[in-house]
Amino acid sequence: MSVPSFDVERVRKDFPILSRELPGGRPLVYLDSGNSSQKPAQVIDTMRDHLAQHYSNVGRALHALGSESTEAYEAARDKIAQFVGASSRDEIVFTKNASEAINLVAYGFGNPVNTDDRFRVGPGDEIVITEMEHHSNIVPWQLLAQRTGATLRWFSVTDEGRLSLDDLDELVNERTKIVSIVHQSNVLGTVNSISPILARAREVGALMMIDASQSVPHQRVDVTDLDVDFVAFTGHKMLGPSGIGVLWGRRELLDAMPPFLGGGEMIEAVWMDHSTYAPVPHKFEAGTPPIVEAVGLGAAADYLTSIGMDAIKQHERELTAYALDALAELPGLRIVGPRTVIARGGTVSFTLDGIHPHDVGQILDDVFGVAVRVGHHCARPLHLRFGIPATTRASFYLYNTTAEIDALVRGLHHVQKVFG
Amino acid sequence: MIAESMYQELILEHYKHPQGRGLREPYDAEVHHVNPTCGDEVTLRVKLDDGKVLDVSYDGQGCSISQAAASVLHELATGSTVEETLSVVDEFTRLMQGRGQIEADEDVLGDAVAFAGVAKFPARVKCALLSWMAFKDAVLRSQA
Repeated sequence: MSVPSFDVERVRKDFPILSRELPGGRPLVYLDSGNSSQKPAQVIDTMRDHLAQHYSNVGRALHALGSESTEAYEAARDKIAQFVGASSRDEIVFTKNASEAINLVAYGFGNPVNTDDRFRVGPGDEIVITEMEHHSNIVPWQLLAQRTGATLRWFSVTDEGRLSLDDLDELVNERTKIVSIVHQSNVLGTVNSISPILARAREVGALMMIDASQSVPHQRVDVTDLDVDFVAFTGHKMLGPSGIGVLWGRRELLDAMPPFLGGGEMIEAVWMDHSTYAPVPHKFEAGTPPIVEAVGLGAAADYLTSIGMDAIKQHERELTAYALDALAELPGLRIVGPRTVIARGGTVSFTLDGIHPHDVGQILDDVFGVAVRVGHHCARPLHLRFGIPATTRASFYLYNTTAEIDALVRGLHHVQKVFG
Repeated sequence: MIAESMYQELILEHYKHPQGRGLREPYDAEVHHVNPTCGDEVTLRVKLDDGKVLDVSYDGQGCSISQAAASVLHELATGSTVEETLSVVDEFTRLMQGRGQIEADEDVLGDAVAFAGVAKFPARVKCALLSWMAFKDAVLRSQA
């Protein structure tokens, strides 16, 4: 089957920042999209146009601008619903980021006002995550466990950087209330197979959440196909602005959950001693939302669709294969994560013998203009699992080229010369 | 190529051949300091006697800047007086927190002047200061 033609040079022209120079005349080689992606002119222009021509508060203003702004904000919801295959636009909740989306769900559990049995959590109940989670999918569940006396458990990670499902049936059991796992690891690049875990969760009556922050930007993610209960992702990693994230949730569950934050816009009626709440999704969108950011995210979804998610996935797959081969040539370089492109995205983390990642990152940036991320990438437990304090991470996106990977490899050779 | 100048020959030399590394007995105080942003850590011991620094021993992990800074500290402090050493620590701290705008006093700092370039990289200042702050802490504890 052929994928629509993909012209990376044409794509690059859509991203103004990619043609800028760094101080000292260095070209920019941006290999940090797993951290945050760059923005195409289509997103920037849409946001600028909204601010310049249509801006007003949403939902409450009856004037012309109020309705234009509301229309654009709600149209963004439609675009996102379509982008991830949600069966209803009301299942798309705009949040500040993926962290907020996960916290929103976590606070739905063990909340005395939530009498739905599926969300009742106490001592003896269990929450299951994995060792390869970003802190945003660890800490909210630790907090839930602390609030309720429930037990936090996790899948371990194999030496190759895959989830170990050997003890699936023991880990996910009748005591499990929710399983929350990452779709694509932000360090290893591993894309986890959801279905076996989901099947077990269904068997025992547990709910299941996916952190899709690193997958939604890079492959077609269809929440209806995934068939889980909650999916969180963020705007800024998918060519949209920062300050906007998304929670998709099954309508019936969102209806059953209590509000997360209270305030304006999330109510139906308010008395001095109690309130009734707006229907979803507005029940979860207290206060003035990130209006322009939502509009920008809608434009980002349009842009990604116009390029084609399958074409993007294919391009990144080629880049990843190229990078894995090229990096393997470097002596003393150890890839942390799968060494093949099977069930793996374009995020490649590694260590260099005897050289600390901060030194690697500094030289790459300063001499070659290569932007990578160094450190534990908000996944400290995963680094502890591999017995290392930090890694250097190159992460690719639709606008990256094999020439940029060559620049990375040249840079790494130089790093080894400086510190060797 | 600003960073290249940060990695002075002297820093790389100390990184590749750290002086006084390893934890030793006897000691008056031991401290463990961590840089939470990057995970660098150092365990540091001091042995003082009659206002003199008899030994600074340390172990840890981290980038070249943090490891070389510990090595330079060991060289500067060992055999010197507590008072002199603490004034070097203060001058070093002032230099590191000066955003590259401060002229380093080479007479006070000695080899530590090689770290002057680090001050231009706010993200790396903590790396350079890690073991020096640990030393100050250890001295305070041993005198408590």
